[in-house]
Amino acid sequence: MSKKAVIEGSMAVAEAVKACRPKVISAYPISPQTHIVEDLAKMIADKELDSTMVRVDSEFSAASVICGASATGVRAYTASSSQGLLLMTEVLFNTAGMRLPIVITGVNRTISAPITIQPDHQDTMTLRDAGLIQLYVENSQEAYATHIQAFKIAEDREILLPVMVCMDGWILTHSFEPVEIYDQELVDKFLPEYDPLYCLDPEKPITYGSYADNEVMEFRYMMQEAMERAKDKIQDVALEYKELFGEYYGGLIEEYRTEGADVIVVAMGSVLGTIKDAVDEMRENGQKVGAIKVRSYRPFPAEELYNAVKDASIIAVLDKSLSIGQGGPLATDTKAAFYNKKAPKVASFMAGLGGREVTKETIKNIVYKCKKALELNIVADMEFVDLRREII
Amino acid sequence: MVENMELLAPGHRACPGCGTAIATRLILKATGKDVIVVTSTGCLETFTSPYGQSAWEVPWIHSLFENGAAVASGVKEALKAKGNNHTKVVVISGDGGSFDIGFGAISGMFERGHDITYICYDNEAYMNTGVQRSSSTPYAATTTTTPAGVASYGKLEPKKDMPSIALAHGIQYVATASICYPQDLIRKVKKAISINGPKYIQVHVPCCIGWGFDPSETIEVGRLAVETGLVPIYSIEKGKPMEVRKVSDRKPVEAYLKKQNRFKHLFKGEEYKEVVAQLQKICDDNFEYFGLAK
Repeated sequence: MSKKAVIEGSMAVAEAVKACRPKVISAYPISPQTHIVEDLAKMIADKELDSTMVRVDSEFSAASVICGASATGVRAYTASSSQGLLLMTEVLFNTAGMRLPIVITGVNRTISAPITIQPDHQDTMTLRDAGLIQLYVENSQEAYATHIQAFKIAEDREILLPVMVCMDGWILTHSFEPVEIYDQELVDKFLPEYDPLYCLDPEKPITYGSYADNEVMEFRYMMQEAMERAKDKIQDVALEYKELFGEYYGGLIEEYRTEGADVIVVAMGSVLGTIKDAVDEMRENGQKVGAIKVRSYRPFPAEELYNAVKDASIIAVLDKSLSIGQGGPLATDTKAAFYNKKAPKVASFMAGLGGREVTKETIKNIVYKCKKALELNIVADMEFVDLRREII
Repeated sequence: MVENMELLAPGHRACPGCGTAIATRLILKATGKDVIVVTSTGCLETFTSPYGQSAWEVPWIHSLFENGAAVASGVKEALKAKGNNHTKVVVISGDGGSFDIGFGAISGMFERGHDITYICYDNEAYMNTGVQRSSSTPYAATTTTTPAGVASYGKLEPKKDMPSIALAHGIQYVATASICYPQDLIRKVKKAISINGPKYIQVHVPCCIGWGFDPSETIEVGRLAVETGLVPIYSIEKGKPMEVRKVSDRKPVEAYLKKQNRFKHLFKGEEYKEVVAQLQKICDDNFEYFGLAK
């Protein structure tokens, strides 16, 4: 059945990956992702996991190794962060284009310069156009569940796209939380051995990665269609998971106390824990405030998000990454989803960049600003929260 | 024994006189059908794989320019995981993808000891993008990024010695070959795939477009490269003495240079006599170091 253990977030991911029995794992060190592959290496060394780990020369090779392994018809996995994910970028676009269902953990850490190991979403958000399904998780248990679901979503023949599970570095990977670890038989039942539709096989030669001039448009169209289908698949797989494991972690968005809310805070990742606590306290004080966690950033849940917030007066979108010269990507996509519809106002907040702490007070301050904006009927385009002006 | 079936199907889009097409056909004659081929971005990928018209009769994957060796590592590990210990994994990649942009991935694959035969088809420049300099381009050759002019006589640096770098990894087998000696090339590929561990073969492939000679002269030009000593043909199996292809009818380097537009500027006046002498010295040094004289 299951056992509950107080473990590091990285170990929760490693336990989930182990249970999915990938045949090939590639590993290259970068903080804060390293504990995941270290844990997997130990499991292999202790014969708890029958997998090959390829210790590569770069993240570029890490992604390339699992691209080759997946094309040869086995389940394959890696993890990376920050500069490592950027170095993988070319390979990840390519692997998605070849429709290879790899799973990768994107342990969120910001991008240099200035260099720091602190978390924000700049790394994985930079990959948003790569053709990866991107699922952002809030805590270790959700990270565990989402990795197991990720392989099932990726390998579904209606989908065949890589899945990246995004989790905040340090905040999740290095915190200890109680996590329910399920028995292997249960995971096997949920996720049978990978049965590839196509693979490199001398008995049945096929060509992968061909040159195309006049077919690119159709390839992209088919990827877009697969992403659209993934909206249903992500939800179906979460329900299937609930049926077997008894707990629900999934869906495209998660609503938190949004009923009758005037102000709704929208964000992704671990910050939702803080946001939910702040919402509870504001609700206790009689404020009509709710929160929404966007779990699936790609595919983007435009319809679900709109339906969840359409009756609010204003929503505060909290971005932990910046498209420099434009704004927060989550806010930008949210505004696009509301265009031509009767929708609440959208206030965009840049918060937590480079690991700047987001506290309950930060959230309450954001909500206060939203209420002020409604009063004055002026909504600023974007505001950097808790900016240290003395440094500028 | 060579494979009778043509595993590189006719009708591909290589230029007339393409050395790379000849090399690939011969390599597949040596490997037979039980192989998975990985190719880096370049001429070979472009002319063999138009969507819906693949020339490959063996399983084939092209991912990117710089990751052939890493993709092959993944292919090999997946085969092992599936219990397949017979299918050979062969990379066929150009000099740009091997000497330059894919160098790190090759070094990683060698160091990890993967059972992969890495074959570089060496046409001595980035031909697919229009003849730009690579670190394999020979000394004094012109390319579109090392043109000759009043202030330059082409590429100022010598060709990178990839086989020695491969050898320095302590790998099992390193060889050079030329499409002009097909039996030798086939024998070397067969030898390589029979050995467990990483192997490196560098095949000299003349490119009539990039080097500037008539498509009917591909083999003649390739032979002159070997007969002048500019391209030594040898093989080294770990723990055994080097085997060298001897040159019986030695030619001066000018015989090779004058056949090609990329060296034409060296003969316009007396100005570059020293440069030609330097190229002859490279040949002389090769004759001595490898013992090329019969």
